[in-house]
Amino acid sequence: MGQLTPLFDEHGRLGAKIVDFGGWDMPIHYGSQLEEHHAVRCDAGVFDVSHMTVVELHGVNVEAYLDRLLANDIKRLNRAGQAMYSGMLNKDGGVIDDLIVYRTGNPCLVVVNCATREKDLAWMNQQAGAFDIDVRERNDVAILAVQGPAAIEKVSGLVTDAQRQCIAELKPFQGAWSDGWFIARTGYTGERGLEVILPVEAAVPFWQALLAADVKPIGLGARDTLRLEAGMNLYGNDMDESVTPLESNMASTVFLDGRDFIGASAIRAQQEAGDYPRLIGLVMQGKGVLRAHYPVFSEGEPVGEITSGAFSPTLQLGIALARVARTSAQMTVEIRGKQVPVEAVTPSFVRNGKAVWKPLEHK
Amino acid sequence: MAEFPTELKYLATHEWAKLDGDIVVVGISDHAQDALGDVVYVELPEVGASVAAGDEVAVVESVKAASDIYAPIAGSVVAVNEALEDSPELVNESPYEEGWFFKITPADSAALDGLLSAAAYQAVCDDEDH
Repeated sequence: MGQLTPLFDEHGRLGAKIVDFGGWDMPIHYGSQLEEHHAVRCDAGVFDVSHMTVVELHGVNVEAYLDRLLANDIKRLNRAGQAMYSGMLNKDGGVIDDLIVYRTGNPCLVVVNCATREKDLAWMNQQAGAFDIDVRERNDVAILAVQGPAAIEKVSGLVTDAQRQCIAELKPFQGAWSDGWFIARTGYTGERGLEVILPVEAAVPFWQALLAADVKPIGLGARDTLRLEAGMNLYGNDMDESVTPLESNMASTVFLDGRDFIGASAIRAQQEAGDYPRLIGLVMQGKGVLRAHYPVFSEGEPVGEITSGAFSPTLQLGIALARVARTSAQMTVEIRGKQVPVEAVTPSFVRNGKAVWKPLEHK
Repeated sequence: MAEFPTELKYLATHEWAKLDGDIVVVGISDHAQDALGDVVYVELPEVGASVAAGDEVAVVESVKAASDIYAPIAGSVVAVNEALEDSPELVNESPYEEGWFFKITPADSAALDGLLSAAAYQAVCDDEDH
């Protein structure tokens, strides 16, 4: 038996298929992963993501600390509660984890992955001393992500007046505390939606109210195909400590200008050398499914491998993220011993229900 | 609960086989489709291909994984279920009827007697689940 979220019994009642995910017993689907995927693209779905780790950073120097800890630049955020996606790097520029930080002042709120919880907390604590920062994990909260074109409207009908007002004022990629809940316009699906951090005792009533409002429960299976269609990385699949953000389609989250974050000198050196593999998108031209670790070829030469692959329920074709040394007009993937043609594309496939991928220019 | 029709024969690798006149129809079991999750693609053999018992002759891809499908007996492939090309979900919706994979003219239909009965196959599945 793994760790259980406050909603475990609810998943059981709905007939969820349960799998181990980073030491947690989590729902992979509630019957049909494809139907759950479409529910999020077309209407609204709710994910129990309470396995993720919520951390508060206490201390007056919290922004100086984050400026040192993260490759992305906290100083660029100008709105209260604004969210920032960043890699947390080691000295060699390798990605210890990817995380979301909300600029909520002191304390500052950070959400990191569950499978990396221990090493993240150890690293954050190790860096905290010089800045007099107190790193506190929040174990008294649940996290629900409500995502899809109808998600915000449906949540707004189920919360307090103050929370409804709060949601109405939030900009995309911004969060705020309201009546004891932290509500943010963030997500991992490429759709409009909210992520809500709420007290454990409020989790079951809110979950049940969402289902009563015809928000569908969504398992980790659909979460994976939704995030892949959106071109969002999965830590441990698409990047880890052996690669840098530049090699992981995260260059837009790295701000070097005059900064001295951990890993900056390694990133500078890599950027100057220029010769590093890139994380790109692939779409299959024929029928079939792309999967992680399939080898990728350019003009017959091996150039890398798929890091995440799936059948895209929205596009109805095989899609993947792949780390490759180069691209060309003649890309193939080896599937069960056969070379299958694929197209190298921008690593983002679907946004707000629409296809958005474009062919890459080859270099 | 998964269904295990008693008129069918099974492989421990989750294929079923049914003698229909002098043709053997092959698919995957209800238990298998449930374990795979939504099926999104099926790669079928060529019509006319000769197969030996135990050959990997088809592949079923679900949202979760790709799995080989083995020929339950020797013979030659006389038909494949072309409906699966556009509607792979038939494997989930109707594993024993509309979701069949291919048909074989058996070299020796008595070879079916060597496959698992429904009860023996169900015992295999119960073992896997526990």
